This record gives sequence, structure tokens and C-alpha cells, in this order.
Amino acid sequence: MTKQIIFTIALLITIGAFSYTINRIIGFFKLTRPAFPVKDFGKRINLMLTIAFGQTKIFRRPIIGFIHALVFWGFCVIIFGSIEMVIDGLTGSDRFLQFLGPVYNIIMATGDVFALLVAIAIIIFLSRRLFFHIKRFEGVEMKKITHIDANIALSIILILMISLLTMNIGYSEYKTLMGEGVVGLYPVSIFLAGFFIRGSAESFRLMYEVSWWIHILLIFVFANLLPYSKHFHVFLSVPNVFLSRLDPLGKLLNMDSITREVKLMLDPNTAFTASTTEAPVERFGVKDAEDASWKNYFDSLSCTQCGRCTSVCPANITGKKLSPRKIMMDLRARMKEKGPLMVKNGRDFNDNRSLLRDFISEEELWACTTCNACAKECPININQPTLIVDMRRYLVMEEASAPGELKAVFNNIENNGAPWQYSAEDRLLWTKDLEINVRIVQPFV
Amino acid sequence: MADLFSKGENPEYLFWVGCAGAFDDRYKKVVRAFAKILTHLEVSYAVLGKEETCTGDPARRAGNEMLYQMQALQVIEIFKMYEVKKIITICPHCFNILKNEYPDLGGKYEVINYLQFLNKKIEEGKLIIDSASLKNISVTYHDPCYLGRANDIYDEPRSILKKLTGNLVEMHRNKSFALCCGAGGGQMFKEAEKGDKEIFIERTEDALKTEAKVIATACPFCMTMLTDGLKYKNKEEEIKNLDIAELIAQSLEL
Repeated sequence: MTKQIIFTIALLITIGAFSYTINRIIGFFKLTRPAFPVKDFGKRINLMLTIAFGQTKIFRRPIIGFIHALVFWGFCVIIFGSIEMVIDGLTGSDRFLQFLGPVYNIIMATGDVFALLVAIAIIIFLSRRLFFHIKRFEGVEMKKITHIDANIALSIILILMISLLTMNIGYSEYKTLMGEGVVGLYPVSIFLAGFFIRGSAESFRLMYEVSWWIHILLIFVFANLLPYSKHFHVFLSVPNVFLSRLDPLGKLLNMDSITREVKLMLDPNTAFTASTTEAPVERFGVKDAEDASWKNYFDSLSCTQCGRCTSVCPANITGKKLSPRKIMMDLRARMKEKGPLMVKNGRDFNDNRSLLRDFISEEELWACTTCNACAKECPININQPTLIVDMRRYLVMEEASAPGELKAVFNNIENNGAPWQYSAEDRLLWTKDLEINVRIVQPFV
Repeated sequence: MADLFSKGENPEYLFWVGCAGAFDDRYKKVVRAFAKILTHLEVSYAVLGKEETCTGDPARRAGNEMLYQMQALQVIEIFKMYEVKKIITICPHCFNILKNEYPDLGGKYEVINYLQFLNKKIEEGKLIIDSASLKNISVTYHDPCYLGRANDIYDEPRSILKKLTGNLVEMHRNKSFALCCGAGGGQMFKEAEKGDKEIFIERTEDALKTEAKVIATACPFCMTMLTDGLKYKNKEEEIKNLDIAELIAQSLEL
């Protein structure tokens, strides 16, 4: 009974703290702008099954991708055991899910195997970060705290896996020594138990109890750390894939506010009929965190800073300042900074800082070739180029700021309908001396 | 020009030439090659000529949504006037914007990239390529971002090139992994931001490593960048940068 009470209190604290954090984050989401309607659930479920559960995009780097996939699939199986632990902890039941029979054996056995595989994977991940020089984990945005964050999260996962194994070892050995039936199958743990000095049934029981508490309490702590860590992706990557933009990567979203303006310009008559009571005109493009869409912000929270985007960015590869990972990290950091102030003082609150310039420089934005290599590479379908273009939109349309050559391009397009300074009269020069006749369209009467 | 006019039935396709096709001296040759292929195939097509204008793509990707939409609405008006239904483009940037972005402004057409069009004609047996001219020449293909990643067109160019040569070699970064030539997103028209290398040189090196004699491209901007890259590496005599349309026209002796 005491166990149940302690467990219930721990769970309530966990849920309370977690709800507080999530509520805060929802508050930040309310500050963001619309992106696109979430429709086509069939397509979205399909994406979720292939990209998230099938891990297809992470396999673009086959070896390390496979190791990550093992961790992900491991989590998917092990979570059943964690759910059972919560039920057992609350109700005082013993192995509540055992009514599943053979299915239970399969779940427990795979979980047991995966516990070892995930532990090995995490050791590989940690070694890569601690002892190897991996270019992908470097860059201006990768500060000391970023690395500490990664190492803490990986260490917690490692302890979770070890405690899961010792729990299984303790349980199966204790039950065997007591002559009671072991519920579930634990192939790896029984194998590993062979390496342990034979202890008393009581010592194995203690090992089981201690591991059980370490494992479940660490899960509770981890769950509450995640929203503040780059490892928030443990929760958000699957929903982020589900909420992907479904358009081809090449497509930019239309700015309807501009369409209204342009139509007014092209047909001034509508200006008289246009209502003056319309909502105040929003800033064009993105200058600060609140101008970004909910999807941009979701992307930024889901980003695990793996740097696959930056490692394929042509600008970054050739030494330019742009790093798509940094763009995502900056949005998250800026919202963390300004979000609480806006929640308190209103969306219009101005702290004399902004995402543009204080976090992301113009030089970074103008280095992008919109090649979409970053978006293609992202294992969880984050779309960096749309945010970059939205920030360019702010620069160009609100500040009339752009590199001189691009301003000349704008002038040329406006004056002679081409990015270069050539006259429309010369558009057919290519047909000169051509042996064939090229037909030119004309109105059909 | 008057003799170019011919009255009669609606042409089936509008051939969208694009600004590079109209004004870039090197790329004009690609447009000429493609027009010859269209005529060779007896395709019913026409061009807008002096009425063509910029789709607004460079403006849009450089952040000037206002200018883009003004251009787009103009173009949509022109298309409406000529009852345009099917459009063939060679420039991937024009292709992407006409296909994916004009529908948001009410401009819905069947937009076909020339490689899709040509590949279909080959599959239908209407375009017969004599591969003798290129048989032993090694060719590598550079994927333009706006055909590849942007629109998932990877197979058509390769299947055409395999008809043209038995020696198609891939760069180590190819298809969805292909490195941009460096010209997209308005970079074509500006100096690159500060860095330690030009993107087009990095990509040219990818191509040179294949030891191919021909770098096949399918985009006017990629062509400019890679041709510059070959010049920079003093390889423009040995290695040719040709568009797929030019390779086909060559093999057809058009």
C-alpha cells in the first residue's frame, strides 16, 4: 500500500509538472500564425507509418540511421512495459498485462532484447559525441550547453536501459529461485544473469525492486526534462511528421494578404467596396518569433539538432554562415525568450530584440539557394526553406532591404518583364535564322 | 515575323521559353534545339513571343511576393486570353512555379517539363533516338534542384540519357542527394555571400571526379554555373556541358 501511495504521489507530481510545461508551450503556439489546414488524414497516416515508424528518411545515412532506428523501434516496444509499470504502481497489481498471454511473452521478450540493443546504440552515440570528431555535431550554433544537453539525455536513456535489464534479471532470477513461475520471457536478461554471482533470492528481489523504482522514476524525470531539451523530439517527431506540409518541396505557400493588396492595385475600383473594418494588416513575412507559423514553431521544437540539414546545405558546405539547423534552433530560442513576455504583456510586446538580426543575420538568409537539400534530408520532415523565404519576405517587403543586385532584378522584372535588362521586343531573337517556323500564339477569333 | 504567324486551330501546347531561353546566348541554343525536336515530332505548339514575361520566380524566392504576384496575375491573364491549357517548360524554375504555385492564384494548367514530355515520346515510340553519335562517350547528369528534390523528377532524364549513351556515370551526390549548382533562390543574379568556396566549383568537382566527357544539364542556371565551373578548372575544351535537349537534337542531326 505504501508503495502505491508513493507511486501515486510521484505520478501526480510528474503529470502536474508536465501539464504546466505543455500548457506554457500551448500558450506560445497561440502567438504564432496560421500555416496550412491539416487535411488528408490518409496521406498523413501513411507518412507517419513510413517516415516516422519506418524511419525511412533517417536511412538516408544507412549505418548510423539503422542504429537510430533500433533505438526508435526499441522505444516503441519498451513503452508497453512502462505502461504496465504505471498500472502496477497505481493498482498494486503484478504484471497487469500478463492476461495478454503469448502476446505478452512476445512484448516482454522483444523489449528485453531491445533494452540491450538500445543500450549498445546509446553507447555508440555517446562515444561519437565524446571521443570522435564528427563534423555534423559542430558549428557556431553548437554551444557547450547543447552538447551537455545531448549527453545528459543519452546518459539517462542508457541508465533507463540498464535498469530495465537489471530489473528483468532480478525478477526472473528471484522467481526462479523461489520456484515460482516467471511471467513473460526475458532471453537477454537470463543470458546476462549467467554472468552474475549467484545471490540469494532476497538479493535478487532487492535488485528487482530498486531497478523498478530507478527505471520508473527516471522515466518521470526524463519526461519532464524533455520539453526543455533537444530531446523533445522523443515526443514531437512522430506528430511533426504527421503534421508535415504535404505539398511538393518546391512549392512556397501563397501570401493571401499580398493577393488582396495586388488585386486592389490592379483593380482600384474594388478599393471603394473594400471594408475598412478589416482586421489590422499583419506584418508581411517573418521578423520575430510570433510572425512564424505554428508549423515553423513545431518544427523548431521537434528539431533534435542532428545537423543532417546543415551537412548537406550547399551554402554551409562552402563556408557560408547559413546553417539550416541554426535557423530552427534560433526560432526555438527566441520563442523561449520572448514567448513568456508576450504571454504576459500581449502579442505586441516589444523587447527591442528580434529573431531577425539578434539571432539570424541577413547574411545567413541571403546565402540560401532554396535548393531544399535540408528539408529533403530532415528525418522528421522539418521545412527550413519556407522560414528562410518568409524572413526574406519581411526584409524585402517591410524594409525594402535586399542585396543591390537583387533590387536590380526586381526593377528589371517590373520594368521589362525579365530579371535581366533586356527588352520584351527581343524575346524572339532565338528564332532568328532557325530552319523551322515557330508559331506564335495570337487571339483566336 | 509575319510569316511565323499562322492562323488556324488552337495549338495543343504552349511552349514556355522562359527569360533565360529568350536572352541568355548560351541557353538560346538549348531552346532552338528543343523547338527543332518539337517540330521534328510534329507537335502542335506555339510560343507567346513578345508577350511572354517573367513568371516572377526570382522575385518570389528573393522575398518579393508582391512583385511575384503582380507578374503571376499578368501571366494568368495572358493564358486566359489565349485559352492556354497545356504548357511545356524547359526551365525547372518556370516549371515549378507554373505547376505548383500558380494554382493558388487561380492559374490551373497541365504543366509538363520537357524531359517528361520527351521521355513519354520515346516510350510511345514516337521519338526514336539513334545512340550511335554518343555511344562510347561518358555522360554524367546534374540534377537541377527544382526538377529533383522540388518535384521528384529523377528517372526521366536518366532514362533518356541511357538511350543516348551506354556510359551514364553518376556523381557521388546524385538524385535527391545532388548538390545544388549554387544559382537557386536568386543566387544566380548576385554575388555569393562570403564563404571559402563557390558552390558551383564544389559541384563542378563532383562532375569532374566522374571523368565524364559530357556534363548533361536540364536547367539554364545550372548550365551557367557548371559552364563557369569548367572554365574555372580550364576544362571547357575537354569536357562539354550540354543540355539533354541538345544531346537529343545532335543525335537526331537536327
